[in-house]
Amino acid sequence: MAKHHVAAQVNGDEVEFLCETEETLLDVLRDTLNLTGSKEGCSSGDCGACSITLDGRLVCSCLVLGCEVGGRRIETIEGMARGETLHPLQQKFLEHAALQCGICTPGFLVASKALLERDRDPTETEIRYWLAGNLCRCTGYDKIIKAVMDAAAKMRRG
Amino acid sequence: MRYQAPESLDAAVALLAGAQGEARVLAGGTDLLVQLRADLVDPELIVDIKKIREARTVAEERGGWRIGAAVTGAELKENTRLKQDWPGVVEAANLIGSTQIQGRATLGGNLCNGSPAADSVPALIAAGATAAVVGPRGRRDVPVEDVMIGPRKLSLTKGELIASFFLPPRGRGAADAYLRFIPRTEMDIAVVGVGINLALDGAGTITTARVSLGAVAEKVLLVPEAAQAIVGSRLDDAAQERLAAQARRACRPIDDKRGTIDFRIDVAGVLARRVASIAYERARLR
Repeated sequence: MAKHHVAAQVNGDEVEFLCETEETLLDVLRDTLNLTGSKEGCSSGDCGACSITLDGRLVCSCLVLGCEVGGRRIETIEGMARGETLHPLQQKFLEHAALQCGICTPGFLVASKALLERDRDPTETEIRYWLAGNLCRCTGYDKIIKAVMDAAAKMRRG
Repeated sequence: MRYQAPESLDAAVALLAGAQGEARVLAGGTDLLVQLRADLVDPELIVDIKKIREARTVAEERGGWRIGAAVTGAELKENTRLKQDWPGVVEAANLIGSTQIQGRATLGGNLCNGSPAADSVPALIAAGATAAVVGPRGRRDVPVEDVMIGPRKLSLTKGELIASFFLPPRGRGAADAYLRFIPRTEMDIAVVGVGINLALDGAGTITTARVSLGAVAEKVLLVPEAAQAIVGSRLDDAAQERLAAQARRACRPIDDKRGTIDFRIDVAGVLARRVASIAYERARLR
């Protein structure tokens, strides 16, 4: 059957693409739109490396079909920095060395941003639960949690 | 593989009924997409129900609640009034997967995936929820305990889908709760799950109860004998012991990587006591 023609908003830009039914939104982002910041880890919704927001809601893009997103608003890691200016979360991940290999990092950043948009002052426990669907095999998580807490404090100060 | 996203239940039913090969309903996709990826299913047609108003709406109805089959766990959690009325149902739905999964996973999908370990199903059964099933022969209300008949097997027939669930009026002095056992704190599948819903009279005596057990049989169980064990009591120690014994008697689990038969049976009794205590305290405060 013919490919689906989909029009959506990605990081503020109106985009159109063609996709097969079985292509996931992650496939479309990476292979069609060349937005390779979202990573493919498990492809089963367990690791969070492909985290994006869909109409502001944090989801795994590997568990969304490309053909589902017509008219929807998508935000990926590519939309996080403003030009050369890093988002406070990105800056704090660097300062705290909250990454090693980096594969999980875009997912952690997108997920952490979604948290701080809902809660300006989450506790450490709330951060750990919110990020339970993001797996990191390098850092042991502590540096990531500290970076998120520090970024939240910085954003509260404005 | 065709993809359709109809905007009405009639159109969805017509698509499902007219499918030449296997057809699958897509709600949140957190099970279906994994199964597609693993080649466990190979449908000819996918019918996305998220553009159908009833499937995507939460609303108070006749003193109770109508919850669309494709409403996400995150949306349920944000509905403070629903959470006040049915905390057990909402907390059970919110135990499914991570934040990301909560952004997509639905009650309809959790039930129709057909897993005996589905977290929201014991809570729905304990609540006395019915599923609004629509199909080629019209619409019918089915008690949730009658939807699943075994692992990956439902009582729905070709062309049928669940549009929404109805939770009955809550009433005063009544509450529900759900707990599951998993070997870690988050992101796991229930080894045992227990949902209990009960109502008290003014003196704190339990007048009605429903007890449902997950992951201890080929489907999620409604256990009237366990409910009878606490009706007429104030959930004293003896009543809790009777409840635990009846819950354990109802179990017919399997050994698997998540738990042994003996462990599951034992934990079912422990959890039943704890869940009943939580529901009882909540009911006393309402």
